[in-house]
Amino acid sequence: MSDWATFFAMGGYAQFVWPAYALSIAALTALAWASWRQMKRAERLVKLTDDPAPKP
Amino acid sequence: MLAYANPGRFLRIARRLTPWTLGAAVLLLGVGLSLALFVAPPDYQQGEAARIMYVHVPAAWMALFVYVCMVAASVVAFVWKHPLADIAAKASAPIGAVFTGLALATGMLWGQPMWGTWWVWDARLTSVLILFFLYLGYIVLWGAIEEPTRAARAARILALIGAVNIPIIHFSVEWWNTLHQGATVFRLDGPTLSTSMLVPLLVMALAYNIFYAAVLLLRMRMEVSRRRLRTIRLGLEPALA
Repeated sequence: MSDWATFFAMGGYAQFVWPAYALSIAALTALAWASWRQMKRAERLVKLTDDPAPKP
Repeated sequence: MLAYANPGRFLRIARRLTPWTLGAAVLLLGVGLSLALFVAPPDYQQGEAARIMYVHVPAAWMALFVYVCMVAASVVAFVWKHPLADIAAKASAPIGAVFTGLALATGMLWGQPMWGTWWVWDARLTSVLILFFLYLGYIVLWGAIEEPTRAARAARILALIGAVNIPIIHFSVEWWNTLHQGATVFRLDGPTLSTSMLVPLLVMALAYNIFYAAVLLLRMRMEVSRRRLRTIRLGLEPALA
C-alpha cells in the first residue's frame, strides 16, 4: 500500500476521522461565508437608505 | 476601554481589523490542520482515531468560552446598558451554537470507534447537549421579540440563567462517573498530554479563538448596520450612527 493510501486509511478509522475533519471545515466555512454575506448586505442597505440617490 | 464602546468608533476599528483577523484565522487553521494530520503521532491506545481530538477538543473549549463571553457581555449590558454589549452577546450565539454542534458531532464520531456507541446519556454529553439547546433558545428568543430593547432584556436573563450549566459541564467528569474521559490539559498538576500532541492541539485552539474573533466582528458589524437601518426606517434619532 502506498504512503498516501496508508494516510487516507487512518489505521482503519477513516470513516470516523475524515467526516470529523470535513464537518468541522465545512461548518466553519459556511458560518464565516454566511456572516460575511449578511454583513455586506446590511452595510449596503444602510448606504442605500442613507443616500438613496448617489450622485454619478 | 469605554471609548471603544462607541458604535461609530467600533465600526471604524472593526473594518480595519476584519481582513487581519480573517487572514490570521485561515493561516492558523491551515497550520493547525497540517500539524494535526501530518506531524502529530498516533495515540498508543487509540491509534489514528485520536486525531479527531484536534477538531473535537478545541470546538468543545470554544463552546464553553463563547458562552462565558456571552454571559460577560450580558452582565456589561445589564450594568452599563451599552447597546454594543447586547450586540456582542447576540453576535456570539450562532458562533457558539456551531462550535457546540461540532463538539457534539465530532464527539459522536470519536465515541463510536472508542466506546462502541455514538451517544450515551452521561453527565458530560448531556450537559453539552443542554448548552446546544441554550444557544438555540437564545437565538430564537432574539428573533421572537421584535422590539430590540425588550428582546435584549429577555436574552440577557436567559444567558445569565444558562450560565449555571457552565461549571456543571466543566466539572461533570469529576462530579459524576462518566464515560467521557477527565481533563488532560486544564489540570492543576499540568497537562498529561505529550508535547507532540499538545502543540497541534493548542495551535488549533488558537485558530478557533481567532476565528471566533473574526466572525464576531463580521456579525457585530452586521447587527450595528441592521439597527441603524431600523432607526432610519422608523424615522427615529440615529442612536447607532
